[in-house]
Amino acid sequence: MSDEDDDIILSELDDEELVQQMFDDLYDGLKDEIMEGVNILLDRGWAPYRVLTDALVGGMKIVGDDFRDGILFVPEVLLAANAMKGGMSILKPLLAETGAPTIGKMVIGTVKGDIHDIGKNLVSMMMEGAGFEVVDLGINNPVEDYLDALDKEKADILGMSALLTTTMPYMKVVIDTLIEQGKRDDYIVLVGGAPLNEEFGKAIGADAYCRDAAVAVETAKTMVQRRHNRLSA
Amino acid sequence: MADLPGDGELTCQGAEVRAGPKTGQGRVLLLACGALAREILALCRANGWDHFDISCLPAILHNHPDRIPQAVRDAVERHRADYDRIFVVYADCGTGGGLQRVCDELGVEMLEGPHCYSFFEGNQAFAAHSETEFTAIYLTDFLVRQFDAFLWKPMGLDRHPQLRDMYFGHYEKLVYQAQTDDPTLTEKARRCAERLGLAFERRFTGYGDLERELAREAQKTLAP
Repeated sequence: MSDEDDDIILSELDDEELVQQMFDDLYDGLKDEIMEGVNILLDRGWAPYRVLTDALVGGMKIVGDDFRDGILFVPEVLLAANAMKGGMSILKPLLAETGAPTIGKMVIGTVKGDIHDIGKNLVSMMMEGAGFEVVDLGINNPVEDYLDALDKEKADILGMSALLTTTMPYMKVVIDTLIEQGKRDDYIVLVGGAPLNEEFGKAIGADAYCRDAAVAVETAKTMVQRRHNRLSA
Repeated sequence: MADLPGDGELTCQGAEVRAGPKTGQGRVLLLACGALAREILALCRANGWDHFDISCLPAILHNHPDRIPQAVRDAVERHRADYDRIFVVYADCGTGGGLQRVCDELGVEMLEGPHCYSFFEGNQAFAAHSETEFTAIYLTDFLVRQFDAFLWKPMGLDRHPQLRDMYFGHYEKLVYQAQTDDPTLTEKARRCAERLGLAFERRFTGYGDLERELAREAQKTLAP
């Protein structure tokens, strides 16, 4: 995609062309170009939230769709995510300053005994891009870490990730502990990871299994909205 | 007794191998992962289990565990009329119980344990340290030989070496579970660890529970 674009000067593109070019650059995992594009749009007076949603999240959606459809593979998605991370590093402090809308708060982490975090990191980033506040607990989290963070952060959503068939049952331990403590209904529980499926999600008592980061975002949006409607009814 | 094809063929295509003198004359079919072909054949040779035929599915299914149950189902259905018994030489292998369900449905038995790293070391021994050794990545003899095909290239590290730490940043060591004593292979495994930026440990396992389970299968099927 990028071979013929070597001579493009981003600052000479108009807004629409630049956003299209940033889609291509995200797709190609070009972190420096994405950071440059973000700065150009900000210099042109774009609000940080608009840069995030129109340029970065829009571009990552294409990446996510092509990954789902088997056109892109994990290495390319990681490069794209790394490029988006570059853009986010510029936008994140600005978003906090400008009071960009927050639609919910998520505590997310990989379960105890599991050190895999690529999928979780993608979900964190896409959730932030969609306007959620994300508290990322990292890897190898025992049940206490999840519960403490949910309580402390007053979160709406708990996200749990696992890559191994041997560690994914730990998600049930966390959910069962929430039930025991009478807190299960306080949170939307989303689970994900390569060996999981919808059946497993249901069996352990999660609210939803999310196949990928894009599905996690859409599911979270829908469920948070439903929850707000219910609480305000 | 026939020789095996090369590792590349075992990875991509699998193989049909006879343990006895004539293909198709064995009464028992070992339906196995291609990554276990050499080890199974070595055990058959050492123990004189020449009533086994071996049909290996492509070893690269290791990287796509969701495809294993259907591949095994197809192979069992393809072969079952030709044998008294079929034994599936796969552990769960990341199928999340999916392979066990298929085997139960088809009325065939399979190996115990979560994966080959576990049964080579012995399922009990592996389980005993699984909670403290989860920052280790394991390679068997086969996976050391096929490191590039199973790990380096599918992860895109040949094209994007900068991704290495995103994949392996939380890992600490590479454990080479040696089925055989082969200094060349040990050196290659050490080099694999270096390429991943991990500490190296060689752990001789021999054939572990694979030998015990195949011996049990041989006993069942040789008993009058």
